[in-house]
Amino acid sequence: MNRFSGFGLIKQAFQHQEHWQRMWRNPKPKKHYDVIIIGGGGHGLATAYYLAKLHDKINVAVIEKGWIGGGNTGRNTTIVRSNYLWDEAANLYEHAMQLWEGLSQDLNYNVMFSQRGVMNLGHNQQDMRDIQRRVTANRLNGIDGEVLDAQQCAEIVPIMDCSGNTRYPIMGASWQPRAGVARHDAVAWGFARGADSYGVDIIQQTEVTDIIIEDGAAVGVQTKQHGIIGANRIGCVTAGNSGVLAGYAGFELPIESHPLQAYVSEPIKPILDTVVMSNAVHGYMSQSDKGDLVIGAGIDGYVGYGQRGSYSVIEHTMQAIIELFPVVSRVHMNRQWGGIVDTTPDACPIISKTPVENLFFNCGWGTGGFKATPGSGHVFADMLATGEPNTLSNAFNYWRFQTGALIDEHGAAGVAH
Amino acid sequence: MFLIHCPYCGEHREEEEFHAAGQAHLPRPLDPDSMTDEEWGNFLFYRKNPRGEHRELWVHAAGCRKFFNVVRNTQTYEIYGTYKVGEMLEFDGAPEVGPTGSVMNWKSPS
Repeated sequence: MNRFSGFGLIKQAFQHQEHWQRMWRNPKPKKHYDVIIIGGGGHGLATAYYLAKLHDKINVAVIEKGWIGGGNTGRNTTIVRSNYLWDEAANLYEHAMQLWEGLSQDLNYNVMFSQRGVMNLGHNQQDMRDIQRRVTANRLNGIDGEVLDAQQCAEIVPIMDCSGNTRYPIMGASWQPRAGVARHDAVAWGFARGADSYGVDIIQQTEVTDIIIEDGAAVGVQTKQHGIIGANRIGCVTAGNSGVLAGYAGFELPIESHPLQAYVSEPIKPILDTVVMSNAVHGYMSQSDKGDLVIGAGIDGYVGYGQRGSYSVIEHTMQAIIELFPVVSRVHMNRQWGGIVDTTPDACPIISKTPVENLFFNCGWGTGGFKATPGSGHVFADMLATGEPNTLSNAFNYWRFQTGALIDEHGAAGVAH
Repeated sequence: MFLIHCPYCGEHREEEEFHAAGQAHLPRPLDPDSMTDEEWGNFLFYRKNPRGEHRELWVHAAGCRKFFNVVRNTQTYEIYGTYKVGEMLEFDGAPEVGPTGSVMNWKSPS
């Protein structure tokens, strides 16, 4: 793999941009792999990358039903933060945050990670108490955070209506300066290119139709296009389809799938240089480097697999956004889309061994998977390499719904579940 | 936007009047004192998550405020029918929809 550099850019400019290398190969699958990762989204590709890079596993395949990055990786609002309440979740997301900070250099690929800060608004006394508690918990965990009052919010985001004359006045906010956004497509492409450079086979357009189990242990997958592919260990990272995959392996997951939608406006001049989220009125907004406003909404209240989201949520979100930012009331929306989020009863992921030996699941990220992409891949690679959870992923086991050791992150998850 | 028939009000109303309340027909434990942790976990946290036909509990939140059951397809978003709590409606294969949007080939509640 040729490394990207400023010199390379100039060289290609003189060659009419015709000699760029392919970013990843399109190989034919082998008969057997050390590790098969089902699902070529951000988390799956990150898992493959760290497996190959840190654990010397070069005999790894990523099997993807469609094309890489075509699922939830390309269907989110690109926000990255680590201001979670409970130690287990805060440590996991902070681990991801630290990887984000060096990711472009590590991958030799610009993921456009921008630490522009994330503001979570409070609209009543109870919100402010929760914010105070969460920020304090963050700081005890060594994670940056501040509590802002309405005046400070207005100084950071002048276009926001902090006047107190609104239906739900802004009383203050939590503020994480190190948080921000990253370009979601670039994250998938960067990890794919990185994994490929270490010899990982990225197999697209291949659908897994069954998991083959012998004597209680997974030994391979049945695919529609390439027949049976054997594996010593299998990792499932298939948001929106986790329940189906678990069904193939003969067990159930405590997951319900809901559509979560988002919108992008026409591109406008820069008006917002941070990310603003509000749980209470329920909308969140940032501005991309291209100039369009990226707006997120809540999940549909019912189980669904339509990758659109329902109309009533659009209206609800627009009401919230226009109340917060009256200045955007005449901006046109260009696009609307939805992704299927696998929500668990405690709004935390399942990164775990399963009742089937050699089969591992990384799923149930709910509404907050994108921010965790490098951290999720890092800990899951560790699990696939050693067969055991590490200290960061241990609490996120599949059995916590029976032992009662839940990690209740509904408040910090940012989207009503 | 769903148009949902409330079996208590007897009218079709827009989705926004209603609120989804999860999977329907969840039997409460008959002998809670003798249940294992696993059984409690399954009762509290495990729900069906089908791609296709799903039976759900909805509440007519901005109407009569009564709970009722909905059979809905989670992939096509088609609502096959609604019925009162305590009833169970069966149908054979794909629902046959009548002129008013009601399902014709329901078996009567048993």
